[in-house]
Amino acid sequence: MPLEIQEFNLSEERLEFRDTLRRFFEESSPITEVRRVMEGDSTGFAPDLWKVASEELGLAGIAISEDLGGQGFGLKELSIALGEVGRSLAPIPLFASAALAGRVVAAVGGEDADAFLRSIAEGEAATLAWVEAHGDWDPAAVRMEIAEQGAEIRLTGEKQFVVGAHAARRFFVIAREPGSHCDEGMGLFSVEANAEGVAIDAKESFDLTQPLATLRLDGALAKRVGHQGEAAPGIRIGLDEATALLTAEMVGGMQKVLETAVDYAAERHQFSRPIGSFQAIKHKCADLLIDFEGSRTAADAAVMASAEGDPERSLLASVAKSHVGPAGLRMATESGQIQGGVGYTWEYDAHLYYRRALASAVMLGDETMHQERLARLVASRRLEGAAQ
Amino acid sequence: MRREDTPEEAAFRQEVRSWLEANAELRSEQLAAPLDHSPEAEARAWEAMKVWQRTKYEGGWAAITWPEAYGGRGGTPIQQMIFNEEQSNFDVPIGFIAASLGMIGPALMRYGSEDQKKYLPAMLRGDEVWCQLFSEPEAGSDLAAVRTRGHVEGDELVINGQKVWTTSANFADKGFIVLRTNPDVPKHDGISFALIDMNQPGVEVRPLVTMRGDRHFNEVFLTDVRTPLDHVVNGIDCGWPVTTFTLMNEGAFIGMTVNSLTTATAMIDSARETGRLEEGVVRQRLGEAYARERVLKQLQDRIKASLLDGRAPDVDGSVLKILTSEWGHERAVTATWLQGAAGMLTGADAPGMGVWQDQVLARGSMAVGGGTLEVHRNGLGERALRLPKEPRFDRDKPFKDLKTSG
Repeated sequence: MPLEIQEFNLSEERLEFRDTLRRFFEESSPITEVRRVMEGDSTGFAPDLWKVASEELGLAGIAISEDLGGQGFGLKELSIALGEVGRSLAPIPLFASAALAGRVVAAVGGEDADAFLRSIAEGEAATLAWVEAHGDWDPAAVRMEIAEQGAEIRLTGEKQFVVGAHAARRFFVIAREPGSHCDEGMGLFSVEANAEGVAIDAKESFDLTQPLATLRLDGALAKRVGHQGEAAPGIRIGLDEATALLTAEMVGGMQKVLETAVDYAAERHQFSRPIGSFQAIKHKCADLLIDFEGSRTAADAAVMASAEGDPERSLLASVAKSHVGPAGLRMATESGQIQGGVGYTWEYDAHLYYRRALASAVMLGDETMHQERLARLVASRRLEGAAQ
Repeated sequence: MRREDTPEEAAFRQEVRSWLEANAELRSEQLAAPLDHSPEAEARAWEAMKVWQRTKYEGGWAAITWPEAYGGRGGTPIQQMIFNEEQSNFDVPIGFIAASLGMIGPALMRYGSEDQKKYLPAMLRGDEVWCQLFSEPEAGSDLAAVRTRGHVEGDELVINGQKVWTTSANFADKGFIVLRTNPDVPKHDGISFALIDMNQPGVEVRPLVTMRGDRHFNEVFLTDVRTPLDHVVNGIDCGWPVTTFTLMNEGAFIGMTVNSLTTATAMIDSARETGRLEEGVVRQRLGEAYARERVLKQLQDRIKASLLDGRAPDVDGSVLKILTSEWGHERAVTATWLQGAAGMLTGADAPGMGVWQDQVLARGSMAVGGGTLEVHRNGLGERALRLPKEPRFDRDKPFKDLKTSG
């Protein structure tokens, strides 16, 4: 009997929602289909699947309010959907569009934000492009400056490591006022994917099921989101929310990795016994469970903190990201090891999860970045506490 | 996930806090002197623990979930959790008595006769403290291999053998012992669980000194030790279910006391004071320690949340046991690393009166006591993940025909 992990902190309704999504992805995006897209072209995108997921299931706008055409649920529901995407490796831009672009735009706000969110909810995929060649995830490190010509804003330069680029109809680009530094002068700008001076270069990506791209802008027409000089706090909140949501997606993949390894250990016989009866393998499986339990608990706490606007939102996002990244990589490594020779064949799926685990551990900051941020956040909180 | 207190719970919390404020001192932020593990200090600590237990009993807080008939409060697990949370802010001597109550109390309530249950109130008052006589030199992880013999003489059980790793046997008044009453049947079928008086000729206790320098556990030699037959719990040869039930009471992890001197936050404070927080590698290691501390707390909150909903804990206790032990040790090692060369010192000569060095040396009691980490990993594999057990050679043979290392 295959191992089935019990969910926690899910109401009846949310559990039903998860079951519906799990069935949907199992039927509409089995791993054979994921591989077909992966081997087909470099876009990493299944437009038909995205159309059904966003139009029939409403996933694109799940956390967007009903008056903007969304489902009116919250970040917890979005995290459940992302978990199922992480589990199935479905080639759709749910994270890029709903979590990354959607949360940053919602947090930055301004008069155009509603129209942008409405379009995201309708399934017009968007993504966020901010990291540059230096590879620093901190938006304060952005160097791209805007060029204003009369009432028009134009952007020139490259944005790297863009996720969901080929599916995006619109890019949200972080750039800055000329001569500004750090959070001051940081701004969010929308660029239409089909505008003049916009080009996408697919990159050969380690994660085969979620390829990255470079966005090249050459005087591309851009529109400011939010108000000048006020975007930084929203950008930071949106990125914290996206970080929490990313850990939920990662945990979805980790659950699949755990189940695959334990099922294999229970079925595979050597020396006339299931290999899972040997302590060497049993203890590896126990360690997978320990990593999984800690990770899903941390991811849930981070998502709930974001959903509730908890003042510890940033802190808990970094707790989760710094913990889940290395745990996911360990799990994918050891799960492959438990599966022996087949665990590192092209044909078995273990490497697809391993590739995702490595890329996701880096995405939005690796563990060292988040550990450093935690130490700083705790230290400054202690100083404030002492000052009071 | 941690919800707010209901109005009733908030009122209860306030009542607990007021009582604690009237009866105990808040924890201090610094150690005034190094932790003292001398026999004299341990004897003083033992007395203080009994006094605190008595104080709690008189206040009606000694065992919140126990029925009033046995001296408890007849309250809920949530109330016990609230009490533990509040108590952890105060400098009070808990520890062994709480652990011993948590083990034998529920076992007696579940399996004991009415006469046996009469021990419960004195246990709660702290008048009689109980120790657990389980492990033996030849029965560690394999507890069902106990060789200490019990044979019936008239209306008494006569006991001969040796126990080891018996926490606080040097102070305890009573003991509950697992012993072999029938070696001619398979090992689990010939075990009895009995209550004995520790203050009788034939009980010889020799403290074992741990690498940390404390004497909290002992060897116990039993020579013609006697106990009435009606002190056998659940009947002769029927002690194994009582034993496993006792071991399963892992409630100790819930509302576990966190010593504020040895947290990641305390490490970050001291790194800030020494200027080492400016180093990236220091921030990384302290950030990791802090994240682990929060994750552990979140896992504990999950167990609490299941209690609040009246469900069985939805995360296996062994996950917490393993992480508490492994991360706790790594955190202490990181803290001594952070001290640089001074990390080589200890006691009054080390930073913070050597509290971290003491924690490093406490590793063994975390990683071996209460079941080794390996036994807990087996449990996770077999219980939580339903992996097949190792083939066994000791299930069907009579105990006397089994191989041993001794």
